[in-house]
Amino acid sequence: MKIHEYQGKEILRRFGVPVPTGVAILEGGDVREEAGKAWDGLGKAVAVVKAQIHAGGRGKGGGVKLARSREECQDLAFQIMGMQLVTHQTGPQGQKVRRLWIEEGCGIDHEYYAGIVLDRQSSRVTFMVSTEGGMEIEKVAAEAPEKIIKEAVDPRVGFQAFQARRLAFGLGLKGDQHKAAVKTFLALAKAYEATDASLFEINPLVSTTDGGMLALDAKVNFDDNALFRHKDFAELRDLAEEDPNEIEASKFELNYIKLDGTVGCMVNGAGLAMGTMDIIKHVGGEPANFLDVGGGANAVTVEAGFNIILSDPNVKAVLINIFGGIVRCDRVAGGVIEAVKKVGLKVPVVVRLAGTNHEEAAEMLRTSGIDLIVAHNLQDAAEKVVAAARGN
Amino acid sequence: MSILLNKHNKVIVQGFTGGEGSFHAGQMMDYGTNVVGGVTPGKGGTLHLDRPVFDTVKDAVQATGADTSIIFVPPPFAADAILEAIEAGIRLLVTITEGIPTRDMVPVKAALNASGTVMIGPNCPGIITPGQAKLGILPGFIHSPGSVGVISRSGTLTYEAVGQLGGRGIGQSTCVGIGGDPIIGSTFTDILRFFKDDADTKGIVMIGEIGGSAEEEAAAYIADNIKVPVVSFIAGQTAPPGRRMGHAGAIISGGKGTAAEKMAALTAAGIHVAKSPADIGPMMAELLT
Repeated sequence: MKIHEYQGKEILRRFGVPVPTGVAILEGGDVREEAGKAWDGLGKAVAVVKAQIHAGGRGKGGGVKLARSREECQDLAFQIMGMQLVTHQTGPQGQKVRRLWIEEGCGIDHEYYAGIVLDRQSSRVTFMVSTEGGMEIEKVAAEAPEKIIKEAVDPRVGFQAFQARRLAFGLGLKGDQHKAAVKTFLALAKAYEATDASLFEINPLVSTTDGGMLALDAKVNFDDNALFRHKDFAELRDLAEEDPNEIEASKFELNYIKLDGTVGCMVNGAGLAMGTMDIIKHVGGEPANFLDVGGGANAVTVEAGFNIILSDPNVKAVLINIFGGIVRCDRVAGGVIEAVKKVGLKVPVVVRLAGTNHEEAAEMLRTSGIDLIVAHNLQDAAEKVVAAARGN
Repeated sequence: MSILLNKHNKVIVQGFTGGEGSFHAGQMMDYGTNVVGGVTPGKGGTLHLDRPVFDTVKDAVQATGADTSIIFVPPPFAADAILEAIEAGIRLLVTITEGIPTRDMVPVKAALNASGTVMIGPNCPGIITPGQAKLGILPGFIHSPGSVGVISRSGTLTYEAVGQLGGRGIGQSTCVGIGGDPIIGSTFTDILRFFKDDADTKGIVMIGEIGGSAEEEAAAYIADNIKVPVVSFIAGQTAPPGRRMGHAGAIISGGKGTAAEKMAALTAAGIHVAKSPADIGPMMAELLT
């Protein structure tokens, strides 16, 4: 689960991570008036107006601006609120800005990077820092990996003070800044553990001219599997940042991700769903989506899946690919027939059912009176659906 | 021959009396798995599916001599169940549970590393040695005894591959679904070590997917250690970056973990890489003739 920068900063603040003071503004109100009030409340010579969307690269996209007067702060807020912000992570269509964060400016001495993430190879949480703050960390990792300093967390004892000191010394920090960094790193590690985070990225984490440290940005992601322990995080979810079809799918415990092609697909199991997308591409088509109907493919979920797939106007044909293990193919076939009768056949539908009771299922589809295209194996299914999408 | 599991393993089921546990315990017993009992805290001393129920794994091990366990316990309690099995000296453990928090799995993995327990999963379909025993939720009837080992991060895609092998008369020595989570008990390389020592495994199918670097590590191991032909497929060649494709571990992050990278590493290691999932069976058939 992703949250906004300002929400992440509020959580970090609670754990003792130094963050700038600021004010959040939501769409719907008088932006100029609220921005003016925010300026007055901060009472500094400089404020930063920051677009809040769930994507990185906001600065480069024009979503982060410096204001040096009350009027400028109001103008910038008015400009940025509602803009279609395009970054390298939003895709060319961009993301509409619906929330702003206006925070106090500060005297920056140097920009650093701090991040915490699971290292899958060692199965340990890893704390990373770098002197190359403000840059894309992937770029630093590729071009100058020696500039990233890492400390693996021993799960038996947790992140230790000596590790925080090693990171701070590794950054070349001295005196008050060193002390502030150690404190900040310990607080970050504590927050990561306590919130079941899956990613922390503070880029940049800055040393300030008055000898402190400050988290100027906060990318905070949570482990979806641990949300049952954090009921209070539910209010942090911003549905406006998510694809409405993906939200609809999740209500039926379907896993849907929209893509750009013309061949819709409905598959049981994530691996087979990816494999089905791959073979569609392999035989010359383009998948329109990833859709895993999971282990409970039945009339209700198949109908929901159909509706979601067909809400994408690019879809020219649909492939239903089910390998029944515990799931019985005759039940799935019954679900497909019921769903098609309800939803209607707006585009050609190719069905491939394999595994448990697939013969009964094929017979049901054949005698259903519905004009479905039956495929006999994966290759056959992919070829038939791609041909159908082309209108052949 | 086989790896890890045969009809002699003495199996207990943790979460025995729950819906999932009951259903799949019954299926496993029908397949021939030697289920000797189960564990549900608070129901010790009763009988379920004609097998004794115990309060703790330790009790079950002492009474039945069980060396193998399978876990059908809901995510909030799964890590605890795994640690209990490790502590009781279970040698082979399969964890089916999907959705265990990563924070719970980090210490579990450390405990596994320091123990003699081999764990398959979590978030996996389990393991089957066709004709002998199955430990998991895999459909037994699609498998047949034979000489190809299968290792996979996916469930249904594995069934697809097994179906393609079976359709060509190629049976399997053992099939292992290692699971789709970022932290798993046994990686591809861990399972490959067992296949390496199994004289009756004449070929290996390895099905990976986007995310992490386990396939690249396996490629390096195969190049140096595995003499039988290996066919591999990587799911997610068309997956967009930054999106989790169903499995918690299937995500391209920071430009890393792409199918293209993995396929290149596997090809460089002399592994036969299928570009299409429909080619897995045909490629293995050709290599075995």
